[in-house]
Amino acid sequence: MKYELTCINCPMGCRITADYDGKEVTNIEGYTCRRGLLYAQSEITDPTRMLTALMALEGTHVPLPVKTDRPIRKALLPKALEQIKSTRAKRPVRLGAVVIENVCNSGANVIATAERL
Amino acid sequence: MDRVDILIIGGGPAGLAAAIGAYEAGARDILVLDREQELGGILKQCIHNGFGLHTFQEELTGPEYAHRFIKKVRAYGIPCQGETMVLSISPKKVVTCVSHDHGLQHIQAKAVLLCMGCRERPRGSLATPGERCPGVYTAGTAQRFTNLEGLMPGKEVVILGSGDIGLIMARRMTLLGAKVHACVELMPYSSGLKRNIVQCLDDYGIPLLLSHTVVDIQGRDHVTGVTVAKVDTNLQPIPGTEQTFPCDTLLLSVGLIPENELSKMAGVTLYPGTSGALVDETLMTSVPGIFACGNVLHVHDLVDFVSEEAETAGKNAWAYVQGELTQAERIIVETGFGVGALVPQLVSREPLQPVRLMFRPRNVYRNARIIVEAGEQRLYEKKAMILAPGEMVNVVLPVEKLSALKNAESLTVRIEVSQA
Ligand SMILES: Cc1cc2nc3c(=O)[nH]c(=O)nc-3n(C[C@H](O)[C@H](O)[C@H](O)COP(=O)(O)OP(=O)(O)OC[C@H]3O[C@@H](n4cnc5c(N)ncnc54)[C@H](O)[C@@H]3O)c2cc1C
Repeated sequence: MKYELTCINCPMGCRITADYDGKEVTNIEGYTCRRGLLYAQSEITDPTRMLTALMALEGTHVPLPVKTDRPIRKALLPKALEQIKSTRAKRPVRLGAVVIENVCNSGANVIATAERL
Repeated sequence: MDRVDILIIGGGPAGLAAAIGAYEAGARDILVLDREQELGGILKQCIHNGFGLHTFQEELTGPEYAHRFIKKVRAYGIPCQGETMVLSISPKKVVTCVSHDHGLQHIQAKAVLLCMGCRERPRGSLATPGERCPGVYTAGTAQRFTNLEGLMPGKEVVILGSGDIGLIMARRMTLLGAKVHACVELMPYSSGLKRNIVQCLDDYGIPLLLSHTVVDIQGRDHVTGVTVAKVDTNLQPIPGTEQTFPCDTLLLSVGLIPENELSKMAGVTLYPGTSGALVDETLMTSVPGIFACGNVLHVHDLVDFVSEEAETAGKNAWAYVQGELTQAERIIVETGFGVGALVPQLVSREPLQPVRLMFRPRNVYRNARIIVEAGEQRLYEKKAMILAPGEMVNVVLPVEKLSALKNAESLTVRIEVSQA
């Protein structure tokens, strides 16, 4: 399959094209530096994202900001978001406290990014 | 009247780092004032990741980044008085503020640090046509609603302006269940980071309409739709290119303005190029003993540089209090081709430390060179594959380079674009 992407490493924003058959990335073109080449490879074979979101907190309408403690596979984002939305955190929450373990079997925990004591 | 050595106005990243800088340099009589209850400034509402990569080699969210500095300020025992609105500063450095707990206070400071941050350009400054109905928010206000108050401004959204805040809000609104129809940008390029364009728009299939603007807002009791059109090279809407998005919310992300009402009261000279104070390399303003740093001085895109700058300002404020900052002769730094929003605008002939110049390219330049010169003499030259208004340029000049300039009246910073 043909892939077309924009490199995110610098303002050049190189348009990179490549082919990917599910095993190997070939014909990578349009990048200017090594960072671009590496980005294209990982973005095509295993795109990941950090997820930051808001979680309900018991006893208040003020939400608790949370994040995955490492990037998770992009395809898992919607499911992880659903799980965060259907979870309610309880006070006191310390910064860095795990609020969901191993979200969607991604290997990442969802942790609090603010303190609510 | 209360007295304090160093008074810091604003407890955002600039105020926090300034307090830390002053403390670590030796100051012990410091007070931080902020109108909000909690420290952290705008970072409290920036719950996305992307902060601190430069300083901590880690991608923190805004509140996490702020927390590291708040912890330090607490560990040093620096007093911070929240829910205190500063009303005025006199040129003699008497600060007047009001709070529920302390009523009206007048505080005489030996040095003042201006760390008030900036505010968003409102709709009024844009003269967007159409109805004046509810449903139009600045992106930062919407961000405050969603992230700090748990409120949703709307469900069907159009965003005007593709700066980072607009992009971040496009993703946040989508994650919160809204439909973002488009992000509309007047210029032929976005000033936002490429990373945000890919991860906030492309990831969610939100179209970025470059060279487009809003030409009409419909709705009486609430926004019901927004009409956008393509613009020509003079940025004028082209008739016949209009398209209308039915929506209930328009978010504006059209720039930030340093918050300088207090600076003006203190008699601080402002520099039109940044809309912030005119400063020398110590970050002292035209009023001796008043320093400025962070977004109130010039709009930063990376908080890491805010912290760095503010720490320097805090150290220098303490040096001033101790009488160590002599008013040496200073020369003007001028902006040449392609250079905007330059800081500082004055540098000493005998600086105590290497001088950091920061500016924003006026346009997108490829295969360019950044040059600093005094007449015929080149102090600095560096190649850059690409320069863009969205990325602030940092140039550091060694002390020797400046002290070698015996007779120069001014320095010029400029961009040279080689003919390809
Ligand atoms: C929406 C948004 C998103 C951003 N995203 C990123 C990002 O992804 N990565 C990144 O590195 N940077 C980002 N930034 C930039 C970064 O947050 C700023 O550069 C930084 O917060 C500026 O710090 P500051 O202390 O100068 O201002 P602020 O954080 O605005 O703090 C100013 C403080 O001064 C107080 N104050 C003002 N006036 C008064 C007064 N009269 N009396 C008392 N107190 C007063 C305010 O209450 C506030 O607490 C973002 C900025 C915004 C606005």
